[in-house]
Amino acid sequence: MAVVSTETLPVVSEADIVTVRRRVRETATHLGFSLVDQTKVVTAASELARNTLIYGKGGEMELIILNGPRVGLRLLFSDRGPGIPDIDLALRDGFTTGSGLGLGLGGAKRLVNDFEVVSRAGEGTKVTVTRWK
Amino acid sequence: MEKIPILRMGDYLLVTIQVDMHDRLALALQDDLTKRISETGAKGVLIDISSLEIVDSFIGRMLGNIASMSRVLDAHTVVVGMQPAVAITLVELGMSLPGVRTALNVDAGMELLRNSVDGQEEFGYGSRFY
Repeated sequence: MAVVSTETLPVVSEADIVTVRRRVRETATHLGFSLVDQTKVVTAASELARNTLIYGKGGEMELIILNGPRVGLRLLFSDRGPGIPDIDLALRDGFTTGSGLGLGLGGAKRLVNDFEVVSRAGEGTKVTVTRWK
Repeated sequence: MEKIPILRMGDYLLVTIQVDMHDRLALALQDDLTKRISETGAKGVLIDISSLEIVDSFIGRMLGNIASMSRVLDAHTVVVGMQPAVAITLVELGMSLPGVRTALNVDAGMELLRNSVDGQEEFGYGSRFY
């Protein structure tokens, strides 16, 4: 799998969530994603960026363009927050430790093709999602 | 600070969301709208989201909150103009906006609001509860 380009964006403020959405939209459009696929990946990015900010206490997003054999957009969100003790529970709809609806993680998973969470208590969380064209 | 304008037209309040809202702006709109409903005694709120390119769980929750709060303040809310790609994504996200009434465009939304407000008067909900 060939990595065409990578770019890192900070996720440390609410304004960064807006920047993440804009950048993911631009990239998905540039790659020729359909409007529905663009909307799905941008929405997933918005949910995950908010998680990084609120639960992870801030972090960053790496945006990776994949090409060969398939074209895809991979987003890697990482933080050094408290980590997720029970990932299965965190993925369940309606579960939240904050004030949200508990749709962020599970909802984002449904909007992408590949989804992976790695988290260690006290060390932080890495969420990797990929949407293939 | 940035603000989303709220227009008053007779008994109705009209809001067009034209910017990619950060979370605090969405919360401010929620507060401003409830304040305006109670100040003006508006009977209906129309929110046009045709310019919004995504609705995530945060904005979805804000729309639901506005609908519930306005109901408690004796006003109806209709959300109009959702783009098809946004609707598809929102449902897949797991959010079907329960309690939020929607219409395809501003005209249909205004008609729905007028019918709701008129219907309420005809059936005498006001006199029944007060």
